[in-house]
Amino acid sequence: MIRSTSKPVVNDNPFMKPMEWVSLALLVAVIFVLLPMLLDAFRLNLVGKYLTYSFVALGLVICWGFGGILSLGQGVFFGLGGYLMAMYLKLEASSVENTKIQSTPGIPDFMDWNQITELPWFWKPFQSLPFTLIAVIVVPAFFAFVIGTAMFRRRVGGTYFAIITQAIAAILTILIVGQQGYTGGINGITDLRTLNGWDIRTDSAHAILYFVNGALLVGCILFAQAVKKSKLGRILLAMRDKEDRVRFSGYQVASFKTFAFCLAAVFAAIGGAMFTLQVGFMSPSFVGIVPSIEMVIYAAVGGRLSLFGAVWGTLLVNWAKTTFSESFPELWLFGLGALFIAVVLAFPNGLAGIYRTYVEPRLTRRVKALEPAPAVALPHAAE
Amino acid sequence: MNAALLPSHIIGADPAEKSFLLAVEALTVSFDGFKAVNDVSFYVDPNEIRVIIGPNGAGKTTVLDLICGRTKASAGSIKYKGQELTKLSESAIVQAGVGRKFQTPSIYDDLTVFENLEISFPRGRSVFGALTFKRDAEVRDRIEEVASMIFLKDQLLERAEFLSHGQKQWLEIGMLLIQDPELLMLDEPVAGMSVGERIKTAELLNQIIKGRSVLVIEHDMKFVEDIAHRVTVLHQGKVLSEGSMERVKNDPKVIEVYLGH
Repeated sequence: MIRSTSKPVVNDNPFMKPMEWVSLALLVAVIFVLLPMLLDAFRLNLVGKYLTYSFVALGLVICWGFGGILSLGQGVFFGLGGYLMAMYLKLEASSVENTKIQSTPGIPDFMDWNQITELPWFWKPFQSLPFTLIAVIVVPAFFAFVIGTAMFRRRVGGTYFAIITQAIAAILTILIVGQQGYTGGINGITDLRTLNGWDIRTDSAHAILYFVNGALLVGCILFAQAVKKSKLGRILLAMRDKEDRVRFSGYQVASFKTFAFCLAAVFAAIGGAMFTLQVGFMSPSFVGIVPSIEMVIYAAVGGRLSLFGAVWGTLLVNWAKTTFSESFPELWLFGLGALFIAVVLAFPNGLAGIYRTYVEPRLTRRVKALEPAPAVALPHAAE
Repeated sequence: MNAALLPSHIIGADPAEKSFLLAVEALTVSFDGFKAVNDVSFYVDPNEIRVIIGPNGAGKTTVLDLICGRTKASAGSIKYKGQELTKLSESAIVQAGVGRKFQTPSIYDDLTVFENLEISFPRGRSVFGALTFKRDAEVRDRIEEVASMIFLKDQLLERAEFLSHGQKQWLEIGMLLIQDPELLMLDEPVAGMSVGERIKTAELLNQIIKGRSVLVIEHDMKFVEDIAHRVTVLHQGKVLSEGSMERVKNDPKVIEVYLGH
């Protein structure tokens, strides 16, 4: 463990470059200061909802941008996280007292409507909040692990993998809709009220949840940054480029792909759980093919190689969606499609690419002008 | 006892009794009935440079694919230091000490030369190991050492996509060196190189063979003559001839199918 000090440091590998710290500071300022100051409670809750999608986009940056694994079924994991959280909230909302008019009091209302007279076994553990919080992470990770292992060990990749994930999204939607008595069917799980006795429907609860959500998002970004900075992050990039070279350098490529897919699934699930808490319901319309593809568009618009871009892309697309669909509801979907095509054709690296090409060089010049002797010598600053 | 001096094709010598680094026996692979490699046997000694030559489609690259596990054999065995390779996964074969360079330079364009070499450093190959991998002095020193061997010491921080074709080939050879394999397999290492680069590559190969065996596929006869200890000629999936370059060059069968034109 002796570090040779005489040797010049060949490749400094800081956790974040100065410009990345600037990006992080900007994001934190917007989420925690600017938006809460400018927006009313309703709009802030809406932004909070959008931000839950950005967890999915963040996962896609790791999985798709870095690892080259395009998943068109991230709604599955968003939905799993959301449903698991909703199960807990629903059980709490279905106390015997609240549901005394039902033929079987103490079970969720949709079960009662479907002639179910006893709480199913897989619902029972969700009476515990700690169990639910663990399940929100573990269940989607396990699910992704099984899918990932099954696919990647058999060398299923690229388009085939994308199609299979899409099929899984379709299957899960059909399953949820079909099993009304256990899942709430097409309506989803609605009428959620309290989290461990705390009313989540009030404006103040919404505000608190918004900040919790923001903090979790920043936490996930930092975790993703740590992964990106580790050798694992570079192996993902290497795999995307030359999978065989990585394999014949002694790595089990399948394990690394599975890891990236699981990480994306966990991020999506955290987003899903926060969605349920802030919006107050969960339904199959956030699980299927269409939302899954929309989430890919968020990542593409933001720039699929940029962790911060994922958040901006999500916010921009959703802001546009809300604005335009209020005025031209029937045109919105065409607009979304056109946006996706335009981004892919003109700006393959999305907003982050535009920022890096046009904004960052100017900013760097400004920053350098402000501090004539920067303490950190960047490799590319030498030229 | 000096295995390097004993020609492995001596009739009557029992291959099992000698300490071959690599023993390929009756190796066969068929793709939909077409036998790309048909009953091929050859033996590589420790510290030997063996060159495989042969016309296009002779099965040269397929033989390397079989050894490194990229293609599964239909029949036959590949023993590396007495260990059967045909049943191991690709990563296990690499970890056993077999390194493979591909025909076209196979490097990571988006990473720097340093990072390219670092990925091949034989540590932290599991998911957890890669997450917690530390770029310590040992890693840096080794990378710098290899970088100067492959003439890329001044390009360490450059993105690999900006290297010249020859430099890319060297980089990939360097990535293999960092793995420190006992058996190094190179598929056309000088293809597309300038004369100057070719001389430097021959020099590099002569420098890196110390303590390891090298299996090379090459078309450039001048280059083959410069480096080969022995030559195996493949033709239509079978071994046509084997021995020193001198012997192979004068073999009428080889002249007819390959060297003659």
